[in-house]
Amino acid sequence: MKRLRILLGKPGLDGHDVGVKVLAHALVEEGFDVVYTGLRKTIEQIVDKAIDVKADVIGLSILSGTHIVLCQQLKEELNKRDLLIPWIVGGNIPDEDVEKIKAIGADAAFPTGTSIETVVNYFKQL
Amino acid sequence: MNDKDVFWESGLKINPLYTKEDLEKNVPEADIGLPGEYPFTRGIHKLMYRKQPFTIRQYAGFGTPEETHERFLYLIKNGQTGLNVAFDLPTQTGLDSDDNRAVGEVGRVGMAVDTLADFETVFKDIDLDKITVSLTINGSAIVLVAMYLAMAQKFGFNIKNLRGTAQNDILKEFIGRGTWIFPVPQSVKIVVDIIEYCAKEVPKYSPVSVCGYHIRESGANPVQEMAYAFCIAKAYINETLKRGITIDEFASRLSFNFDIHGNFFEQIAKFRGSRRLWAKIIKEEYNAKDDASCWLRMIAGGGGGGLTKEQPENNIIRSAYYALISALSGTQTMALCSYDEAYTIPTEKAAEISLRTMQILLYEMGICDTVDPLGGSYYIETMSTEMENAIKKQMADVEAQGDIVKEIAEGKIQEAISRQAYQREKGIQEGKVKKVGVNCFIKEEEVRTIEFHPYHEENAMKQLENLKKIKNERDNNKVSECLDKIKKDAQGNKNLMPSVIEAVKAYATVGEITDAMKEVYGEYEEKIYF
Repeated sequence: MKRLRILLGKPGLDGHDVGVKVLAHALVEEGFDVVYTGLRKTIEQIVDKAIDVKADVIGLSILSGTHIVLCQQLKEELNKRDLLIPWIVGGNIPDEDVEKIKAIGADAAFPTGTSIETVVNYFKQL
Repeated sequence: MNDKDVFWESGLKINPLYTKEDLEKNVPEADIGLPGEYPFTRGIHKLMYRKQPFTIRQYAGFGTPEETHERFLYLIKNGQTGLNVAFDLPTQTGLDSDDNRAVGEVGRVGMAVDTLADFETVFKDIDLDKITVSLTINGSAIVLVAMYLAMAQKFGFNIKNLRGTAQNDILKEFIGRGTWIFPVPQSVKIVVDIIEYCAKEVPKYSPVSVCGYHIRESGANPVQEMAYAFCIAKAYINETLKRGITIDEFASRLSFNFDIHGNFFEQIAKFRGSRRLWAKIIKEEYNAKDDASCWLRMIAGGGGGGLTKEQPENNIIRSAYYALISALSGTQTMALCSYDEAYTIPTEKAAEISLRTMQILLYEMGICDTVDPLGGSYYIETMSTEMENAIKKQMADVEAQGDIVKEIAEGKIQEAISRQAYQREKGIQEGKVKKVGVNCFIKEEEVRTIEFHPYHEENAMKQLENLKKIKNERDNNKVSECLDKIKKDAQGNKNLMPSVIEAVKAYATVGEITDAMKEVYGEYEEKIYF
């Protein structure tokens, strides 16, 4: 079975990257192929990278509270390029925004306090 | 491993009992000494809180300068004795509010600043001789410090007497927090420009606050927190000395920002051991003559890393312990994360509880009655010495590799810390590291609406309008001249402070000044690792 390639991206200006890196470690340990963009990437740069590395799924990490704006940007960018790549969001996400993010088009959104195990399990069942 | 062995997070082994013998065997009498005397284990001042209690300085700022101004007046009225300004991410990364990359971010995690006019609004009617202001700014620190000085002068304060602190610790931004802008060597050069300028023109101002805090929050253990911070501080000192300034001309103005979470006694031993180690470094390695040069002046606050989203009210209790640790460790300034800070910018209620937590400690608990109440404890003194030695060893390990600036530029320290963050998280998930409400004593939480700090889109629009107005009203030729001068000075490897101050006085924006500097210095390319 082909290993799932996951692109983890940090869009926007938020510099909190402890969480995304902890997740990256956990996913690698579970055998996933993980690419991390680094900080402060535009949505365009993240989508470019996803195409470049042939990512099977995009994960955005957002802790600054700008998730709704950035998710809308991602949706538009994917539409613009006719891409059907699944994407998920984690970080500092209030519970009440989970459905809003899914309504924008995310396959999943993991609110603040989600365990690493939950996110890893999500990828396992993809 | 024997189950009965007990270790601190930093790896030090703890005995079931400490006695006079441990003290006599491990701790030279001179190392404990007296408060206000070298090596300052028991505190940097003779009378400590008997003479002046710790400053309470909560981190605050949001939305427009007008909103932040109102908030500051409220905090001062409520007994806060210092201000700590939070800036939004565009300001921290050197972008203007009207930049495309700033959409959705203007005024979100702190106050938006574009020009000097914003500082004039924020600090109006605040007595800067009485209230000391700390600016939490790093990547764009040179612009914001310039604005602060220009504003103070405009309001009639003499900058020779001006106190306050700029965080201005760019090296830790490459490890955690991430608001770097320029490449590593140029970034350090700018930090030193500010230190040099302040040593000459603003001698009472603290031009840098070296942060162990964010290094710890990124996954470092308490020993690494102190060791990396000290290595970074030494890097700034070494570069400043190259400018022909003597150690005693600026060392007393260096300050530090440290983290508190984890084992209660480990933190106290960390601070007491570090205070002594720092004094020894400054005196023995740098030959400082002045006692004040050897002081480890610090803000030590409750760290967000110890707080949890689960059962958030528990964070109030945790923070009260953190405050107690901070006071028992002889901090100069204290700040606490609010109980809701694990998931939002503090609401007003949460911020008030933090303030009251510190006030209760200060006014009800007798914490100021005597200096260094734990001094002489068999346990504390023995472990302060062990922490001192462990930090010293960790520093030697870094120095054996070359120097910290290079190691940070190559991402080596970041990689090691990130791996540790993962191990710690795994420890929590597996229940090896206990967190009440997270992996033990879990309660099926009733569904409830958590209160979030609101974000007002209309305030961002107001900031954009103000910026547009200033750009129309200012002398744009003058602005261009000032920006050219900055580029010229950058090319000529001159201290940029004077030309940046001239530019902010002409109402050049944070983004314009940063872009001028980028033209010469280029931008940092992040090393991707995890």
